Amino acid sequence: MDFLGLRIEMFENIWSYRELFIRGIWVTLGLTAVGYVGGFILGLIVGMGKLSKRKWIYYPAKYYVDFFRGTPLLVQILLIHTALIPSMFGHSLGFFVSGSLALMLNSAAYNAEIIRAGIQSLDKGQMEAARSLGMPHNTAMKLIILPQAFRRMIPPLGNELIALLKDSSLVTVIAAGDLLYAGKVVAGAYSRFWEPYLTVAILYLLLTFICGKLINYIENRFSNSYVPSPRKSLKRFAVGGRTR
Amino acid sequence: MIKVRNLHKSFGQLDVLRGIDYDIKEKEVICVIGPSGSGKSTFLRCINLLEEITAGEVFIDGVKINDPKTDINDIRREVGMVFQQFNLFPHMRVIDNITISPIKIRKMSQQDAESLARQLLEKVGLSDKANAYPEQLSGGQMQRVAIARALAMKPKVMLFDEPTSALDPEMVKEVLDVMKQLAMEGMTMVVVTHEMGFAKEMGDRVLFLDQGLLVEEGTPDDIFSNPKHERTKAFFSKIL
Ligand SMILES: Nc1ncnc2c1ncn2[C@@H]1O[C@H](COP(=O)(O)OP(=O)(O)OP(=O)(O)O)[C@@H](O)[C@H]1O
Ligand SMILES: [Mg+2]
Repeated sequence: MDFLGLRIEMFENIWSYRELFIRGIWVTLGLTAVGYVGGFILGLIVGMGKLSKRKWIYYPAKYYVDFFRGTPLLVQILLIHTALIPSMFGHSLGFFVSGSLALMLNSAAYNAEIIRAGIQSLDKGQMEAARSLGMPHNTAMKLIILPQAFRRMIPPLGNELIALLKDSSLVTVIAAGDLLYAGKVVAGAYSRFWEPYLTVAILYLLLTFICGKLINYIENRFSNSYVPSPRKSLKRFAVGGRTR
Repeated sequence: MIKVRNLHKSFGQLDVLRGIDYDIKEKEVICVIGPSGSGKSTFLRCINLLEEITAGEVFIDGVKINDPKTDINDIRREVGMVFQQFNLFPHMRVIDNITISPIKIRKMSQQDAESLARQLLEKVGLSDKANAYPEQLSGGQMQRVAIARALAMKPKVMLFDEPTSALDPEMVKEVLDVMKQLAMEGMTMVVVTHEMGFAKEMGDRVLFLDQGLLVEEGTPDDIFSNPKHERTKAFFSKIL
């Protein structure tokens, strides 16, 4: 069978490589998860830094964001894997360390902007009310501002997760055994490109689809109202309000 | 109790307060009136340092609040503030809105804070709303919760910035009634208001501010029936 040069029987060969693809999926998910969680925590720190009135905090945070948003992720990955880590440790620490570090540093820059915008979008009356009750700035941030800001950050942070999942395919250049890399191996072995890369594309689509569903679910739980209803008792994700 | 000396406040080029002197005694209810943009809110916000003071001095119980050595947070704990827009914390139940600062700042136990909150809710007539969220309340109810929240810190003085201006007319009275009750209990209050009825009835002194200056001050009778200054007269002729 032949359709647009596509050979169905080629998929049987791909099937025999299924373990490579499954491993690739796990690597992709692992890189994304580590990069995302690390990027969130670092993004929180950098985002708060960008809100600081102190210049020695603000400028490092600003330059950090400018650098990581202003240079290609592919370049960052190569810099970290081939230059930064070897020069710090004398040898490579493997693709997973370099890859997840690059993804983390990169997504932190985007998350920082999301977090900054989320905090700034709150009515300044909230901070004033908290301060007028005698709360120090950091206490007010932690108890009053961040719980509300996180809720507004959920949609953009969700987009960031999907973007990161897709961008993680760039680590293929450092021979990381991710999903795209599995496709590349099969493509090389058979000198066939349609079927392996189409398989990879469909698997990415599946992953982003599942992520999208998860994000929608979380968004719906936290949209509009703070009043907990039975529908809203997802404690693990509770960022605002008290769930009892 | 509160001493204001030659208080100046500028936002960049704009001089909003241009030298205000005034003394507020304990248990006095001071009503501040004046045209829009005259600096009433700014005056109030300088008293709890929500605005940085450009020049001059403010003392509360003898402590200079705009001294770099003074801890702003200590001052603010003694000064309650009620905002035009209520500014309740929407992610917390009413009772948590009230208990959060006694617990976190005054280190009160959860139990003591809750019983205090329930007393205060009863005082403002909202005992049944302890577990509600702010979005489930009407404007008047929100403002009464905001008053209870400020009172929970047991402040020495309460500042009100147009507490009824964002309310539908039928809710104004319930908030003013709570404020009257507070005044009668001897709370020191500074109230920026457009409610001339409240100022006449409850004010010990009325301050008329215009263009950043304290133009005229006196008892409600003096100010409302017998204004001396042209600008005060002009203001009343516009609003009455
Ligand atoms: N943060 C700020 N930055 C710049 N200008 C400000 C700021 N806050 C207030 N102003 C200006 O200061 C002046 C006085 O403001 P203020 O809010 O104290 O007036 P007000 O008497 O309370 O008026 P209103 O009755 O409208 O509330 C206004 O011209 C206002 O535009
Ligand atoms: Mg005002």
